Amino acid sequence: MNRIHTLFNTKKERVLSIYFTAGFPNLEDTVPIMEAIEAGGADIIEIGVPYSDPVADGPTIQDSNQIALQNGMSMNKLFEQLVGFRAKVHLPVVLMGYLNPIMQYGMDAFCKKCKEVGVDGLILPDLPMQEYLDEYKALFESYGLVNTFLISPQTSEKRIREIDGNTDGFIYMVSSHSITGAKSGISEEQINYFERVREMNLKNPRLIGFGISNSETFTTASNYSNGAIIGSAFIKVLKNSKNLKEDVQGYIRSVIN
Amino acid sequence: MIGVDERGYYGSFGGAFIPEMLHPNVEELKENYEAIMASPEFQAEFRGLLKDYVGRPTPLYFASRLSEKYGAKIYLKREDLCHTGAHKVNNTIGQIILAKKLGKKRIIAETGAGQHGVATATVCALMGMECTVYMGELDIQRQRPNVERMRILGAQVVPATSGSKTLKDATNEAMRAWINNPVDTHYIIGSVVGPHPYPEMVARFQSVISEEIKWQLKEKEGRENPDLVIACVGGGSNAAGAFFHYYNTPEVRLIAAEAGGLGVESGKTAATTAKGTPGILHGSKTILMQTEDGQVVEPHSISAGLDYPGIGPVHAHLFEVGRAEFVAVEDEDAMKSGIELSRLEGIIPAIESAHALYALNMIEFKKDDIIVINLSGRGDKDLETYIKWGNY
Repeated sequence: MNRIHTLFNTKKERVLSIYFTAGFPNLEDTVPIMEAIEAGGADIIEIGVPYSDPVADGPTIQDSNQIALQNGMSMNKLFEQLVGFRAKVHLPVVLMGYLNPIMQYGMDAFCKKCKEVGVDGLILPDLPMQEYLDEYKALFESYGLVNTFLISPQTSEKRIREIDGNTDGFIYMVSSHSITGAKSGISEEQINYFERVREMNLKNPRLIGFGISNSETFTTASNYSNGAIIGSAFIKVLKNSKNLKEDVQGYIRSVIN
Repeated sequence: MIGVDERGYYGSFGGAFIPEMLHPNVEELKENYEAIMASPEFQAEFRGLLKDYVGRPTPLYFASRLSEKYGAKIYLKREDLCHTGAHKVNNTIGQIILAKKLGKKRIIAETGAGQHGVATATVCALMGMECTVYMGELDIQRQRPNVERMRILGAQVVPATSGSKTLKDATNEAMRAWINNPVDTHYIIGSVVGPHPYPEMVARFQSVISEEIKWQLKEKEGRENPDLVIACVGGGSNAAGAFFHYYNTPEVRLIAAEAGGLGVESGKTAATTAKGTPGILHGSKTILMQTEDGQVVEPHSISAGLDYPGIGPVHAHLFEVGRAEFVAVEDEDAMKSGIELSRLEGIIPAIESAHALYALNMIEFKKDDIIVINLSGRGDKDLETYIKWGNY
């Protein structure tokens, strides 16, 4: 069974997913950071595949993408690093990346590699749902990869239902109409949106992303969903860290406790 | 047939590869733009402003001394005489009327050289709408006069400080701003790029260029179809406009002049079809310059308006099926053609347009061929570059 399914079968509340950019702050940090995330007590690891033009991300993540590329990160390099990581890391792992680098690598080859190294799912923000259904759904499924879609406060109920019908992992709720790292705190308007989606009784679990940075925002988000995703705030921890292992674990503990 | 299909594709290029957060905005446009554009009300306002505000129709001018030099009948489509000095305003007029009809309150735009930014700031002033223009930090330094023009017109100019700090990054920033303000804001894209329906919508607004060429040439030559149409291509909006009504008239040769920069093999070029491969950029599948890993490569051109790593999906399609011939004009040659036109016809062209002019030296044509060159903009904005180049 896919590790994402196993996770949500047993844990329905306060699921914490942590995003980091592969190759940041240093090229070889990828697997050590994954181990530290697991040791800290998070539930899902989201690895960002760096791209020169990440339009759905804010400045913090974009900077980390640029540094990762300067460090020499590439798709080949990432898969090299991931060979054998399953001996050390047991959490579900999701790759988040923009379509162009994956297309150049070859969608087939990419999915095959994901399965080989032990990746469980994908988040491809610029892959539209229709394109996914027409071109890639069968391929992803044949490699046991769960595809995750985003929804935002502007997404219509009809489309949320369509998205819910076309995925079986989790739904990534963008908490405000914003790029990553743009807003802090959670507003009443956002709460209304969380409640509206909660009342739709979707079949998929929901994780709230964008704007989650600490214990307080994590708890608020978790009150209205199955958990949350932290990205930009975690990248800032990595950026300022003198001791990755300690700081990663310390940060995650501070969020979940 | 060359044209966009229901899914927003030209052959294998196009589509709308956008984050879900932009889906409602893009869907709203897609659902409405054709009906709005077809409405008599819209047409009356659009045509009225093109005539009285932009100064259309722009002349189709027979360039006799240039013709004599090259041994063909050469006409210049004088988009340089449009209000604000380039064809860009055809599109911004269309889009701002559309934005008003959609009930939008704010306008955002990206700009490279500043021409599209100025054209956007201009129509925002005209319509009393709030305007924010994203511009690469480097371009802000290179194009000071246009930055100040935008500010005089009341627009806010926001520097894009990421990546190479040029047009590509300004486009990223504008897309981000749209994600952050999806409800009341319309994004006026300046070229035939971006997610569907932008490439087609912008091409249709610009298609007034070839619409006019047809009847103007009929008046002057007794025929609607020239033998060749030549236009420069960065993203490709002026070329799309000049080619539009000739896409499916195969006897009219379409010539697209890309920016060769310091040479196609120099690593400092913007010759997308020569150096690019299929991929996804700014929401559409097209041809772009990229590394083997799919990272977008920084282009180079002496002309800021052609300094873009991709081309519009319609041009990728015209290239793929061989409907248009693509040439790569180097910086130095474009500059020479700019001076040549200045001396032969008393017209200082934008350096973008000078690329189209130089194509005359790179293609074969017959002695009595009728050639229309789209003179997309005037050279005032490029004086600094002409002066720095100095070879006149």
